[in-house]
Amino acid sequence: MKLSAVPYVALKALRRNRMRTLLTALGIIIGVAAVITMVGLGQGAGAEVREQVNRLGQNVVLVFPGARQLGGVSIGGGSANTLTVDDARALREEIPEVIAASPEVRSQRVVVYGNQNWFTRIYGQSADYLQIRQWGIESGRMFDEGDVENAALVAVVGQTIVEELFEGADPIGETVRVRGLPLELIGILEPKGMSLMGSVQDDIVLMPYTTGFQRISGRSHAMVINVQVFDEQSMEIAQLKITDLLRERHGLAPYQENDFTVQTQEEVAAAATETSRIMTWLLASIAGVSLFVGGIGIMNVMLVSVTERTREIGLRLAVGARGPDVLLQFLIESVVLCLLGGIGGILLGLAATEIIASYAGWPALFSTEAMIIVVSVSAAVGVFFGFYPAWKASRLDPIEALRRE
Amino acid sequence: MISLKDITKSYRSGSLSVDALRGITMEIEEGEFTTIMGSSGSGKSTLMNILGCLDKPTEGSYLLNGEDVSKFKKEKLSQVRNRMIGFVFQNFHLLPRTTALENVELPLLYTEEKLSWKEIHKRAGEALDIVGLGDRKKHSPNELSGGQMQRVAIARALVTRPSVLLADEPTGNLDSRTSLEIMDIFQRLNREGLTILMVSHEPDIARFSKRITILRDGLIISDKPNTPRSSADAIAQWKDEAEIMSEETA
Ligand SMILES: Nc1ncnc2c1ncn2[C@@H]1O[C@H](COP(=O)(O)OP(=O)(O)OP(=O)(O)O)[C@@H](O)[C@H]1O
Ligand SMILES: [Mg+2]
Repeated sequence: MKLSAVPYVALKALRRNRMRTLLTALGIIIGVAAVITMVGLGQGAGAEVREQVNRLGQNVVLVFPGARQLGGVSIGGGSANTLTVDDARALREEIPEVIAASPEVRSQRVVVYGNQNWFTRIYGQSADYLQIRQWGIESGRMFDEGDVENAALVAVVGQTIVEELFEGADPIGETVRVRGLPLELIGILEPKGMSLMGSVQDDIVLMPYTTGFQRISGRSHAMVINVQVFDEQSMEIAQLKITDLLRERHGLAPYQENDFTVQTQEEVAAAATETSRIMTWLLASIAGVSLFVGGIGIMNVMLVSVTERTREIGLRLAVGARGPDVLLQFLIESVVLCLLGGIGGILLGLAATEIIASYAGWPALFSTEAMIIVVSVSAAVGVFFGFYPAWKASRLDPIEALRRE
Repeated sequence: MISLKDITKSYRSGSLSVDALRGITMEIEEGEFTTIMGSSGSGKSTLMNILGCLDKPTEGSYLLNGEDVSKFKKEKLSQVRNRMIGFVFQNFHLLPRTTALENVELPLLYTEEKLSWKEIHKRAGEALDIVGLGDRKKHSPNELSGGQMQRVAIARALVTRPSVLLADEPTGNLDSRTSLEIMDIFQRLNREGLTILMVSHEPDIARFSKRITILRDGLIISDKPNTPRSSADAIAQWKDEAEIMSEETA
């Protein structure tokens, strides 16, 4: 058979049966779109978690309240009340490898300036927090030990706050209110905006932890203690010393479990990455099922169209087509159908991801890898599900086929 | 050119066996125009399908241009059909929603010959010109009359330049005037040297051929040359319905 006639004949057949083509492709479009969207959102979530962990800084150890949880992850923690401000101070003063320790308290609050409102995250930290985070001040100053001592009503804010509340004007020296409490703004943080989740990180208000504990959150215990260790070589020994010191301070008997969890940034990152990876796979496999169902739809339509088009096949055989020609024609038809569906699915998936990401505020990542894989899979689905009906068609006897009404 | 020897064909359905052909021996020379006649069920279509390599005989040998095609495998038969045989069906068998030109191009897509698309379009166009449908190339079957559809089918059969044209009741679905036009095309093609073999149970149609073979119960009972009636005369003497009606009342 003429080689260039193979795709020609297949495309002609698809065009002649537009409605059938469209409905079949729809199954694949939805399947592929589901996979793209799910993978995009899953990977986006994973990237955000990694980013959040990475921004912690270098040689950082996190101490969470509460015992190590199943699977070893205690990210976010803060449920148990076992870590005190004094614990944090003791860590810094009694362990030589520890050069900074910041007891953290978080809450989500509305910040008011004039008639402007902004809902943001408020962190109570120690004065050396920015050193731990390796974050700089753009203008003004960070609060100091004295501010912490006095629970001063001062705050340092991220770029997003400057934009949202002050529309870019210089906020230093201005006073904002949180739960009626006046806070003087003394510094602006450097933008993190260049990184993937930068704009999210810039949406932050920092204040002395004393102020945070006493005036804002009403808690007396730390949600996490951010600890910075002198250098990388000291990480291991520092972790052991932290554990020993806290056990001693909490008066734990040897048979008792830790009532806190010490993790390095890498451990937190690995656990979070693993979790998001599992989630991505889970989402992708659910979506994969719909792709598979789309494939069965193709097989169904192909099977029906073989029956429907038996006379056409009979005629092609009668004028000289050989079995393999007919086989090839049907295979190409289903592959083209799947590829069209795949491309349509990618476009739909990208649009859906974009919409979900912007409405729900979720981050999304588009991976070309996932697209290539999903399109190859859909082509494979086409070949696989197109094969049986095509093979069936190719074995027909010409007069048998022609006689069928 | 065609030589059949003791061709039999039995259809088996369950324990029942039907002998559609019971020993056909016949020779067809180049340039002949033969009609096979016979009552319904006598085996005409069965014989045509075997001649057209669409079906294989149960027994016997079939030499086509010196090759014993009764022994050929499926794939090879496809090529024989494509290269040597043009087949015209009673109910046309055109692809729906496909233009006349594309319908005629169909066999060329499956030839062993290396043809460019340009040549394919050109040859299909020429075939349509031969049957007088040069001005209907872009029409699809549902925009054509029965006679025009059959002419497209004839063009499709001619496009591969076969050595023999086989037609199973080519006028079976057409009125008598349109049938005459088809016979006119056949006679013209035959005059130009094409071998034609056709099935018909209408004596009026058979009369246009040069030889008439009659089948009964799977056997040839008569095989005689015939002085063909000229299709041009028949068309000249044609009376349409209005003329016939007015003659009867007069
Ligand atoms: N596929 C088949 N299976 C079983 N029997 C068949 C088959 N095809 C044909 N026959 C039988 O073979 C015999 C000859 O059939 P064939 O179609 O050749 O007749 P025909 O002369 O073409 O008749 P008609 O003028 O009605 O077309 C009939 O008895 C028919 O029932
Ligand atoms: Mg018949």
